[in-house]
Amino acid sequence: MMLLWLILILAVAGVLSWLSERWNSKLPRWISLMAPTITLVLVLILWRRHLGQMGLTQNQQWLAEIDWKWIPQLGIGFHLGIDGLSLLLVLLTAFLGILAVVSSWTEIRERIGFFYFNLMWVLAGIIGVFLALDLFLFYVFWEMMLVPMYFLIAFWGHENRVYASLKFFLFTQASGLLMLATILGLYFVHGRNTGVYTFDYGHLLGTSMAPSTALWLMSGFFIAFAVKLPAVPVHTWLPDAHTEAPTAGSIVLAGLLLKTGAYGLLRFVIPLFPGVSSQFAPVAMILGVIGILYGAILAFAQTDLKRLVAYTSVSHMGFVLLGVFAWNSLALQGAIMQIICHGISTGTLFFLVGALQERIRTRDMNRMGGFWSTMPRMGGVMLFFALASLGLPGLGNFVGEFLVLNGAYQAHAGLTALAAIGFVFATIYSLWIIHRVFHGSKAEYPPLPDLLVRELAVTGVMIAALVWLGLNPQIILKTSQSALHNLQQSAILTQKGTMSSPGVDFNRARATPAQAKVARSAERPFGQGGMP
Amino acid sequence: MTVSDLIALCPLILLAFTAVLVMLVTALRRNHLLAATLTAVGITLAFLAILVTSLPLAPRQVTPLLVLDHYALFYIGLVLAASLAVAILSYPYLKGREGNYEEFYILLLLATLGSAVLAGSTHFASFFLGLEILSVSLYALIAYPRTWERSIEAGVKYLILAAASAAFLLFGMALLYAEIGTMEFSQIATAARGVPGTFLKAGLAMIIVGLGFKLAVVPFHIWTPDVYEGAPAPVTAFVATVSKGSVFALLLRYFTHIDLQTYFPLFLLFSIIAIASMFIGNLLALLQKNVKRILAYSSIAHLGYLLVAFLASGALGPMAVAFYLVAYFVTTLGAFGVITVLSGKERDADDLDDYRGLFRDSPYLTGTFTAMLLSLAGIPLTAGFVGKFYIVFAGAGSALWLLVLCLVAASATGLFYYLRIVGALYAGSPEAKRTPLAQASVSLAGKLVLAVLLILLVWLGVYPTPFVQLIQAIFSRPI
Repeated sequence: MMLLWLILILAVAGVLSWLSERWNSKLPRWISLMAPTITLVLVLILWRRHLGQMGLTQNQQWLAEIDWKWIPQLGIGFHLGIDGLSLLLVLLTAFLGILAVVSSWTEIRERIGFFYFNLMWVLAGIIGVFLALDLFLFYVFWEMMLVPMYFLIAFWGHENRVYASLKFFLFTQASGLLMLATILGLYFVHGRNTGVYTFDYGHLLGTSMAPSTALWLMSGFFIAFAVKLPAVPVHTWLPDAHTEAPTAGSIVLAGLLLKTGAYGLLRFVIPLFPGVSSQFAPVAMILGVIGILYGAILAFAQTDLKRLVAYTSVSHMGFVLLGVFAWNSLALQGAIMQIICHGISTGTLFFLVGALQERIRTRDMNRMGGFWSTMPRMGGVMLFFALASLGLPGLGNFVGEFLVLNGAYQAHAGLTALAAIGFVFATIYSLWIIHRVFHGSKAEYPPLPDLLVRELAVTGVMIAALVWLGLNPQIILKTSQSALHNLQQSAILTQKGTMSSPGVDFNRARATPAQAKVARSAERPFGQGGMP
Repeated sequence: MTVSDLIALCPLILLAFTAVLVMLVTALRRNHLLAATLTAVGITLAFLAILVTSLPLAPRQVTPLLVLDHYALFYIGLVLAASLAVAILSYPYLKGREGNYEEFYILLLLATLGSAVLAGSTHFASFFLGLEILSVSLYALIAYPRTWERSIEAGVKYLILAAASAAFLLFGMALLYAEIGTMEFSQIATAARGVPGTFLKAGLAMIIVGLGFKLAVVPFHIWTPDVYEGAPAPVTAFVATVSKGSVFALLLRYFTHIDLQTYFPLFLLFSIIAIASMFIGNLLALLQKNVKRILAYSSIAHLGYLLVAFLASGALGPMAVAFYLVAYFVTTLGAFGVITVLSGKERDADDLDDYRGLFRDSPYLTGTFTAMLLSLAGIPLTAGFVGKFYIVFAGAGSALWLLVLCLVAASATGLFYYLRIVGALYAGSPEAKRTPLAQASVSLAGKLVLAVLLILLVWLGVYPTPFVQLIQAIFSRPI
């Protein structure tokens, strides 16, 4: 039941904030602030209850689970489950949800109730995505987070919002429908093999199929998640959407929506199609590296501050793609670390850019400069997050990227070397932000108010979180450990299940040494790679 | 014809009786409210008759012309429910307009009767009769506001094209009869399964032309936007739902006998029609600025989606069609219902500008309209989503991957124009007031219908299980 509450609280709060606008225009804000806070507390309680010395103490795969019948005639169930991986992501969602509400405290002035309704429903949809264990349900949540997000961009966005919101919606909707088609493909393949027609994740794991079928189905899933992630050829919606969205929208987009793509890859693509995925891994890793470099270079070329931060997301999510497809415990741990820290750091960067934009009414970096003297507090906070973004040791992001590179090196040394260059670019663009905005020739503005107490409090919490994660990454690693272990195990089982068919043997024989290495490191007992 | 035949026929008889009754009452004394009430009661009674008298007797062949099996009863029920909604919406819409109102209800009842006959027909004679009762009533209904130029134009257009298509249909039937010597669907199917002769092929092609016109699938869709735009809003709702739904039910029954999957040329033909309808409907809708025209093109695309399910083999296809039609009925009635209640006396609220900033004036109506549009777009938690899912499900189950992919691509295109309307609903600054057409409060009847439709929409979208069960129970039997 608790899992349902996680979603329901937000959904109900959304409806309440919409209705309460009638009586008091301040009420929606407070209701919306309460909802993610309650969710956060609930998840923290769950975490605390299960977190032991060595990792999550659990008897079965899921810490908590709901498995109700929904449309049994079609094999659809209302199946939610939470494990270490989902737990961390839900935690991140609630955490950034609070940030998003605070960021829009004064920014949103009209249709407040409807704004918070949409914000709450995006968050509810995202949590649903992280919890769903039925592929139909997953798709429902996947779409559910889309429409309110579209509204957020289209109604409260900046100048070019209509174009940006449509582009966002089309990219994600088209890829989502493609995913629906592949989910159905998987459903029928599984049903024909076993006679059990079901959308349940647990049952669909280990479906054996011909490699060509697997390749088709996997690419359907991969494209859907790659669009969200975003991986390079399909990333073009991201800069527009992030730039035009209101601050809360950007925070949710960068901090959470992108993570659903990474989560999908981790939870579905590789465990469901391990054979073709390992074959496909080099391609995905190359895409990841291209993303890292390309995103970083483009970030440097921007004059729009928000767009710059958006492109850094492309770059950072490249590390996640690289880590996920390296598929060994180190790289996976790194990818999760990166997901969480990027969520916090980029979310806060967008928050700061939003706060700056609210003060000077522009995002154009040519019209900024020398703000350090007027807004030292904002400068200091921004510097901190710029440093986090460039991967300064001691902060969480460093741990994530380091682990990804470490793990990816075992899978493919050459690509890893290229990816490491990303660090250099990251340093350049991060310092470039500070240089252009806070130093240099002073832009002419009337006296600007520095960060307010409300803003300082929130960013302070974020700073503390990043430092804490940087110094004590073990807590994340041990939380996600068993979940990742299970994912790797199920991938191996699925692969063994398919190995009996001759097609896969043929494919395995053709695998390059690097891929064989990936497979080997995946099969290696967990933890041998050495935990930091 | 025995007494139990008559009992089984009760729903149709009641409809016909109500039409005559309303006519007689009107001849004695004109009273709008009375005519509307009688109509609503008559339709409700006919609906109850399905459950009480016909269902226990089903399946029953009543003369060679009609069969009242579960399939027919399901669609007759659907048609009746939709007509009831249209009748209730029409009352406040017509009130206060110039001209006589009572005949509207007689025509509506007759059109409903025609549709119900179509849903149950197994013979060319009943097929043609049903179609003509429906069409002739629609000519008058479409052109009902006699002072509106566009309405008359739409009526004439519909008349000419419908007459032409009826001629095609008749010629096709004649050719089939010449070849086989029977007009019963099942026997035609048996004959078609062998090596079909030239007459049979030509006859089938002509029948498809005739039906294609009624369904407004590409390339027989040209009339749709004009008629949708010109007809009064409740009639448009009727054309979009009842008329198309009953013809589709007939099409499905007719071609299920001929095992479509094994008869490749027909399969190919329908696939081409489906793909063309999905894409052309959605693409042309992008260019429109009139809400009714947008919905017209969108309905072309939706019929294309339906054809995908129609082409799927096994029991899944008809089930998907049934679910989708219900979802489509609910959604389309809801969308046109909103247009109906917003329409003024001079013209219908069909310009996109009429909806700009509606959010501020009537939030609930806007919410309803948004839900309907999202359902048409197939967004989760609405009936349209489950319907579309069911179609993709049926398509994937029969491995119609090309069609499924086209559906995916087409519905992604379709999002554009639905979102444009939604965008307009919430757009605008508080200063820019829109010029309201009818700011008189929305009538209670209108509110009631919209509320019921909204509840159905969400219910089918969130918990479709009981309904899926019902459909499975009905459609697991052979049609």
